[in-house]
Amino acid sequence: MDPAVAAAVAEAHRRDWGFVLAATARITRDLDAAEDCVQDAYAEALAAWPASGVPTRPAAWLTLVARRRAMNLIHRNDTLSRRLLLLADAAGPGDGDDTAASQIPDDRLRLIFTCCHPALAAEARVALTLRLLCGLTTGEVASAFLVSEPTMAARITRAKKKIAAARIPYQVPPASELPDRLAAVLDVVHLVFTTGHTAPAGQSLQRRDLAERALDLARMLRHLLPGDPAVAGLLALILLTDARRHTRTTADGRLLLLAEQDRTCWDRAEIGEGLALIRAALKQRLPTRYALMAAIAAIHATAPRWEATDWRQITDLYDALIQIWPSPVVALNRAIAVGEARGPQAGLAALDQLASEPQLAGYHYLPAARAEFLRRLHRTEDARLAYTEARLLADNPVEQDFLTRRISDLERRS
Amino acid sequence: MAEYLVFIWDDETAWAKADPRTVEATMAAHEAFMARHVGALRGGNRLHPSDTATSVRHCADGGVAVSDGAFAETKEVIGGYYLIDAADLDEALRIAVLVPAPFGGVEVRPVRTAG
Repeated sequence: MDPAVAAAVAEAHRRDWGFVLAATARITRDLDAAEDCVQDAYAEALAAWPASGVPTRPAAWLTLVARRRAMNLIHRNDTLSRRLLLLADAAGPGDGDDTAASQIPDDRLRLIFTCCHPALAAEARVALTLRLLCGLTTGEVASAFLVSEPTMAARITRAKKKIAAARIPYQVPPASELPDRLAAVLDVVHLVFTTGHTAPAGQSLQRRDLAERALDLARMLRHLLPGDPAVAGLLALILLTDARRHTRTTADGRLLLLAEQDRTCWDRAEIGEGLALIRAALKQRLPTRYALMAAIAAIHATAPRWEATDWRQITDLYDALIQIWPSPVVALNRAIAVGEARGPQAGLAALDQLASEPQLAGYHYLPAARAEFLRRLHRTEDARLAYTEARLLADNPVEQDFLTRRISDLERRS
Repeated sequence: MAEYLVFIWDDETAWAKADPRTVEATMAAHEAFMARHVGALRGGNRLHPSDTATSVRHCADGGVAVSDGAFAETKEVIGGYYLIDAADLDEALRIAVLVPAPFGGVEVRPVRTAG
């Protein structure tokens, strides 16, 4: 196999899978059949491209091949066309025609709105999005969310069955329903990003594959809904957070706090792109939570040093965020900002108000934040106990290692 | 087009305690709902309370057990239903959110038609 061709197919798989599948699903009106046709098209590319060369527009080539297969399938098997599983507008004349390459409609929005429909279970929305838009295998989706492959396969099958049986339409919702439906889509993309940014388990802190998929999905949404402030907010948040990816651990995998990171190694291009989007994201009278989170990330991204961080402004933004999104995790982050802005005693007082919050029981960032403020107050024994509690609750080995080192530092000091 | 059965699940004890004006207003809301969606409605009714229900269970030994009461013991019980026609789930949900159900909510189930 020519390595250049293999790389081109891999790149087209990553970049174009969702586009090709979305266009093919409109013909098959059946997600399973569409997946088979698209899989075949990629196999055909591996066979044909070494001789023919990589086409100038791989996505168009793959779509035409996949759609031709879909048409053949329909002609061969008219039961498929009678099943009418996906409810899209009737495919127009010329659809599936080899000459229509320039007119292939971009159906990825339909596809993502179907995958993230609120009538589907939340975990199924994420799974379908990764599988159908990003082309991940069931095994890859299963490992991202720490479930067995058969469990994930069953979850995906059940969701596809519901799409067909309940007739979840293959359509972009009308303007009146768009904000709510889009919020569900953005939540899925954000969950994929956070799962990649700090992996719930595994040997490394990050799962770059997932973080990059989330960035791809957010960029795709921005391309397809360029005027939407909520989309701009999520893309800005992902860019401004992702810009720190190279500095979050040392070369040997040790966790580095924001205060310790080498800011000269933050990705300036991503920061610039994120900052430019913030303005679009905040132009809404009521900014979305992702826009506010992006604004907080922007303050970190533009502070030249940790000590120069504008914590007062961050606290104000958290106050605004908690108004529209009253979640205990936001309250925790707000308390940390309060501690940085007004001193560890004030931070500790804000954290202690959250002590009985059931949603934070078992959440290791709460005792870890308490420990940090206690350490600064020289309450060494209390700090050690709080770090130990956090260490017991943390799942990521890089975070566990960080907490273990904090505990031994304190033990050396006492 | 497809058919969906919209179950109205509500809290009977709240219903029983509701003041007559609320009951009247809800009934009027149902009349208005039915008038507005006459084109989509294939049927629908209010049910007698769940203490009039009788459940029939098929047992492992092949026998049948008849018992007093609703099939599942839950706070909300099915108090009525509508059978509607809709092009897809989104259209069905647009109708379903308008079903008056002040003491609960509705469940939308696609009807499995033959063929």
